[in-house]
Amino acid sequence: MSEDGRTVRIIQGNEATVEGAIAAGCRFFAGYPITPASEIAELMSRRLPRVGGTFLQMEDEIASINAVIGATWGGAKACTASSGPGISLMQEGVGYAAETETPCVIINVMRGGPSTGQPTLSSQQDVYQARYGGHGDFEIIALAPSSAQEAYDLTIKAFNLAEEFRVPVYVLSDEIVGHTRERVVMGGKLEVLERVAPSKDGYKPFAAGPDGLLRGMPAFNDGYRLLVEGQHHDERGIRAGDDIDKSATLVQRLNDKVRQNIDRIVDIERIDLDDAEVAIVCYGSTARPAMEAVQTARSKGIKAGALRLRAIWPFPDAVLSELADHTKTLIVPEMNIGKLVLEVQRTAGGRATVVGLPRLGGALHTPEEIESAIIDAVKGGKAQ
Amino acid sequence: MNRIAEQYLRQETLPMIFCPGCGDGTVLGAFLRAVDEMKISDQLALVGGIGCSGWMPVYVNADAIHTLHGRAIPVGIGLKVTRPERKVVVFTGDGDAIGIGGNHFIHAARRNVDLTVVMINNSIYGMTGGQMAPTTPSGATTQTSPYGNPEQPFDACRLAEAAGATYVARWTAGHPRQLVKAFKEAIDHPGFAFIEVVTQCPVQAGRYIKGGMDAPEFLADIRKSVVPVAQAERMTPEELAGKTRIGLLHRSQRPELTQQLAAIRGGEKR
Repeated sequence: MSEDGRTVRIIQGNEATVEGAIAAGCRFFAGYPITPASEIAELMSRRLPRVGGTFLQMEDEIASINAVIGATWGGAKACTASSGPGISLMQEGVGYAAETETPCVIINVMRGGPSTGQPTLSSQQDVYQARYGGHGDFEIIALAPSSAQEAYDLTIKAFNLAEEFRVPVYVLSDEIVGHTRERVVMGGKLEVLERVAPSKDGYKPFAAGPDGLLRGMPAFNDGYRLLVEGQHHDERGIRAGDDIDKSATLVQRLNDKVRQNIDRIVDIERIDLDDAEVAIVCYGSTARPAMEAVQTARSKGIKAGALRLRAIWPFPDAVLSELADHTKTLIVPEMNIGKLVLEVQRTAGGRATVVGLPRLGGALHTPEEIESAIIDAVKGGKAQ
Repeated sequence: MNRIAEQYLRQETLPMIFCPGCGDGTVLGAFLRAVDEMKISDQLALVGGIGCSGWMPVYVNADAIHTLHGRAIPVGIGLKVTRPERKVVVFTGDGDAIGIGGNHFIHAARRNVDLTVVMINNSIYGMTGGQMAPTTPSGATTQTSPYGNPEQPFDACRLAEAAGATYVARWTAGHPRQLVKAFKEAIDHPGFAFIEVVTQCPVQAGRYIKGGMDAPEFLADIRKSVVPVAQAERMTPEELAGKTRIGLLHRSQRPELTQQLAAIRGGEKR
């Protein structure tokens, strides 16, 4: 440990996620073993009891997310971790957390699907599942780490955002990030949002401020006499599912509180974009070969740059729209059939050529593959 | 309004959704009397599933959460382990507990986690309009068994005991005083406590299973079909055919989950 309380270790992304969660104040984890996320449960079972927390191995992922919801109202910061089919099973619970404004973190170490698909290899196929996996209209937040360091940093951030916005927040890791061992700097002066108990004076648990957000987070058995209701409800938590106006107001706010505060969520990295004619729009593990490709292209005199999204949901429309105004071509490498590229196309609105670079099968793009797409674009090559 | 109702009901959530003649009000009344005698309303964490019975916590002036269908028990576990001194009581129905939530039910019993799970058994899916449940008698007609139920029903109490529950009792909506005592015992019991309450459901089960029985007839029919455990011990298997045992069916002691977790946390088990 250094003098400023920071430690440096060589650990895999899954372990960094665990350390990030604990640093953020997570004191409850419920999960079910699944490749390639199992190390998170294993390490939580070792670490949590030593910091006064609780680890539970549940009977399935449905129980896991619901135990997380119970633990959150019980007074703990809580999370779960899974992959593929396990995340599918959690969807009704994620929707419940969104409806009841239960802050919680879901770590998805993405693997290849559909179905049991590809347990041991990586993918980014679940980016739309994170956004649209549950029934009904609601917004979530999703962060996508590209390295073990970011698995640590973004997990802390995920807990902070969950508390601030009272929403479920996904950490969209993947098998490559989860299993790559690399240098991680941990500890030191961290920004951690502590849970604040709301004042009981005239308290309405689901009455939002002008920004649509609920203030603080109460716990059961602290004198609030809370009523948490999964059906549409009024500001007191009392069922209002048969009241058209109150139902519409609630659903609108559940969406607006994320969308209208997007400036507090946007998290991007700009690399060599000032004069770029071609920009790679990337996130998660595909950002790694993308960065190398941009460097190589630059060394050859090509005006290439990259926009790396650390927060992919809510999608940073304004950032992409601005980028499309100043760039000729946007290339989107993804380890899926081509998903976030559709968001890029939507926001570019025809003002830049958008080229998808989808990859299936579980192997990461090579830097050469991305570089070759850059060269094609510069030559006035293919558009999609 | 009587004192118990005035003191313990969350007035702004009334009126209740229960149909006329439903047994759930009797069960809720018995529960509130137990809470009053034990003076534990501040320690209560109430969890409801989906179905008629899942609404019970909504009407009680205590911390309450109305969860997803079948998921009340895992939510209750999360509440319990984060503050073991709270008294977590889960209100669930037969479809909620041993249909869609069956896996959670048996594993909670296996863990012997200190919850009180109250399962209202009306032997049908009432709220959705009278479909076959995992407790519907063989041969019974419902909206999804028009030619008679081709399956066998669960005995939830035997299931709970086999899975590891350490307090198991069954009563009916015709036994309100026994229910008060059972609630007190179950809440005080340090482990997974399960109470099944067989109730009349005149609107759905009465119509589809019982050929149009009204509430008093239905309750009388339930009372005729049950035998106290002490009496059942003196009866032959032939005499017991078609009868349901009521009373305290099982009570035992074994390590409870939150105590085990505390020992791990405290270092005694590391």
